[in-house]
Amino acid sequence: MNLGISATEFVSQAKDGAISVEEFVAKTLDRINRVEEKLHAFITVDSQNALAKSKEIDKKIKSKDKVGICFGMPISIKDNICTAGLKTTCASKMLENFVAPYDATVVSRLKSEDAIIIGKVNLDEFAMGSTTEFSYFGTSRNPWNIDYVPGGSSGGSGVSVSALECLGSLGSDTGGSVRSPASFCSVVGLKPTYGLISRYGLVSYANSIEQVGPMARTVEDVAFLLNIISGHDPHDNTTVKNGHVNYTQDISSGISGKKIGIITQMIGEGVDKEVVSATNRAISKLQELGAECIPVSLDAVEHSVAAYYTIASAEASSNLSRYDNLRYGFDFGTEGYEFKAFISKARSNFGPEVTRRMLLGAFVLSTGYYGKYYLKAQKVRTMIKAQLDEAFKKVDFLISPTMPILPFKVGEKIDDPLKLYLTDINTITANLSGIPAISVPFEMSNSGLPIGMQLFANSFEEKKLLQAAYALQETANLPEVPL
Amino acid sequence: MTRIGLEIHCQLTKLESKLFCSCKAEYRNLAPNSNICPVCTGLPGSLPILNKKAVEKAVMISLALGCKIPEKIAFFRKNYFYPDLPKNFQITQYNAYGPTSIGSDGKIIIQGKEIKIRRIQLEEDPGRLVYEGKSMLTLVDYNRAGTPLVEIVTEPDFETPKQVRIFLNVLADLVENIGVSDPYLEGAMRVDGNISEGDGNRVEIKNVGSFRDIEKALHFEITRQQSLLEREISVVSETRHWDDARRITVSSRSKEEEQDYRYLPEADIPIVLIRNESIENIKKQMPESIVAKRERYVKKYGIPAQVADVLSSDRFYADLFEKSHNERNAKEVANIITTDLLSYADTREKKLELKITAQHISDLADSVMDNKLTRNSGKQALQEMVKTGKSLLDVISSLDLGHVNDSGSIEKIIDEVFQEEKKAVTEARQNPDTINYLVGKVMKKTKGKADPATTLDILRKKLSS
Repeated sequence: MNLGISATEFVSQAKDGAISVEEFVAKTLDRINRVEEKLHAFITVDSQNALAKSKEIDKKIKSKDKVGICFGMPISIKDNICTAGLKTTCASKMLENFVAPYDATVVSRLKSEDAIIIGKVNLDEFAMGSTTEFSYFGTSRNPWNIDYVPGGSSGGSGVSVSALECLGSLGSDTGGSVRSPASFCSVVGLKPTYGLISRYGLVSYANSIEQVGPMARTVEDVAFLLNIISGHDPHDNTTVKNGHVNYTQDISSGISGKKIGIITQMIGEGVDKEVVSATNRAISKLQELGAECIPVSLDAVEHSVAAYYTIASAEASSNLSRYDNLRYGFDFGTEGYEFKAFISKARSNFGPEVTRRMLLGAFVLSTGYYGKYYLKAQKVRTMIKAQLDEAFKKVDFLISPTMPILPFKVGEKIDDPLKLYLTDINTITANLSGIPAISVPFEMSNSGLPIGMQLFANSFEEKKLLQAAYALQETANLPEVPL
Repeated sequence: MTRIGLEIHCQLTKLESKLFCSCKAEYRNLAPNSNICPVCTGLPGSLPILNKKAVEKAVMISLALGCKIPEKIAFFRKNYFYPDLPKNFQITQYNAYGPTSIGSDGKIIIQGKEIKIRRIQLEEDPGRLVYEGKSMLTLVDYNRAGTPLVEIVTEPDFETPKQVRIFLNVLADLVENIGVSDPYLEGAMRVDGNISEGDGNRVEIKNVGSFRDIEKALHFEITRQQSLLEREISVVSETRHWDDARRITVSSRSKEEEQDYRYLPEADIPIVLIRNESIENIKKQMPESIVAKRERYVKKYGIPAQVADVLSSDRFYADLFEKSHNERNAKEVANIITTDLLSYADTREKKLELKITAQHISDLADSVMDNKLTRNSGKQALQEMVKTGKSLLDVISSLDLGHVNDSGSIEKIIDEVFQEEKKAVTEARQNPDTINYLVGKVMKKTKGKADPATTLDILRKKLSS
């Protein structure tokens, strides 16, 4: 049995009874057992429930009962998305034992279509980071070379999809957290338009810019997952009431005649040479398919990293203040503590990156600094949105490399937060402006490390974006994961 | 000069659900932590869903207080750590970056005095800390967390504690009248005050339990500040708590005013657009304002302005009036309610004990107007009905209050009086002004049942014969 089939292939084979769901799930669990020691993608694996569920689904298929469109597809969920009865740790000591009493809307939608939640996957603590090195439970490793980081913060999602430990995953993308690991692990990852997918049950980090994003091995699979998880949710006031769109339909319609803008600020200085040349090859492939590619300058992008870290940290400092270990959390004595001492002792259990951002956030929100930092960052945000609106009057899509650099070694940048922050430069534009962006695996570097390309479209144009991503995917010829 | 400003927190107790989830807005008398859900306890991943009804009701309060309603309403987070605050921030509103709270810039005129309203905002109530017995533990009950709260902030326009009390009574009647809140439920309406004397510093007064206490606390604070100023000691700008047991204000050691709340926009709740037509719709749903009601009473029924004032600003009695009057007896009904009934039951507790119905009042007014009952007997009948709830007819017969207006029986009684009061009769013949003494005697003999007009008529005839 080939665990490397796409989710779409799995569905068609399971539907026909060509493969047994139980067998597929059991094999997947075997593989998880075998590779996890090296990769550490998972925080929790739900073997028992996964197997039980797979048997149930096989039974339904055999007896021709109604089966959800996932047909028992094993899916991993980033551990900052709530799953009833299964721990949701956010890779933090603060939520080490937290079991949510409810499913996130995206999870309940997957479950109702008979997806199997095979486990919860690793991330940087509370999704703050771009390597998973800031996980309380340890770093995940890149399946293409385990000395290297898998990207992040949805590193566990990227690794589990790439290393055939599941058929798809849900990550979350606040500043590139879906696209970074997608690029570094050679899988597809979509950051949808803000408001397209419910955030109910996604543990907030920077709630004005983040979205849940599907990750899978093909663009069709991502479209398939998007069909299930997108749409208005009465539990999330920020979801929009757009009509239902079928994202898989007409996905192969091509990009002939479409205009693509090359963001000049994202392939210039500081970008790895191999990444630049891969980008140029991607552009010529798209041109061969009939797209017209023109340079587009978005100079507000230069301020985006500063604006992003100001806004995200400000929101984080507020969103994470609820973790005081009073109502839920970890074992901690109550003896002899006055309230303030209790709070500061409990909250000293956050990791270094979370602490750094909460302090930064509290600072930029304090009296006298709000206008200087937070409001200014919001102005940058408005500027970026305005420049994108202008750009989308001229072009259908924008393109850039997802990451300006190749995957780097574990530990290489962990002591230099600023260097790490700068690796987000190409991804955060989509978060600050709310537009959708997708990372598509495109090439391998000379050293065998993945390079992903990023396509952007205007708000709520995911269907068009997925068509372009599909066209680009079809031009790539990539090796199988070595592990 | 004394300057007093108020900050009033009023729970929207008449709503079905909390401000951001579907738990009950009325949390009282429930087992601790039984009226909670992931949203109001701020569990990771939960999101607030704005209760549109709460926005509507808060708009009503703002309109009733003459506030401007902005086109865009926004919510902010006020960040501070406290165990009763599940998220360690409160979702509230904030006008520092432009008016986006439900209302601002309003005014209301109370007995000729204009009180300006700085702002009205919608926010969530925190949970409650509970201390039980001698235990050292502080317990938290989150049943109240997320209850919709309207904060009303006035300018420091009050000059006396009495003005404050009258304003609060009108405000309580107003929210009750609009049907958004029961201000008399425990903790449903809470008041903080700020007060300064002359050019002195401003002092905040918190932790005041009831309306009556705010008046006392303000009185105490005026005396305290004035005596400091007389001795040329400057008043410290601080927050003081009302000590209910000792009846004084006490400096609170916590440096609340130094706290930086690090306000930031609440991105989980998109900006609410308030269109003109929805304001018009809300206006249509609003019950008649106290001012309009008062005017109607004066114009339509010719009720004296003072009586209309009292009647219109008391929801309970206004409702009773509406149910019991008709075109003919309105003035009499208003009279009975505002003089006899109001003096009998002036507090909420007493009102709730009243066994009287609209039918009673209506029957009573008619009987008085039809001369079947004297005013005096009417008063007695009312008192009995209030206590027993018996019908007017039953009360009249059991207390023997029937009106005596047949001249035969009145004449008989007058003859008796003439026998007994010879001196007075002689006097009255010389000086007709003393006739009232004799009328009084007749009334005493008939227990007030004799018709005064008939009695006077017969008396005059007899005296002049």
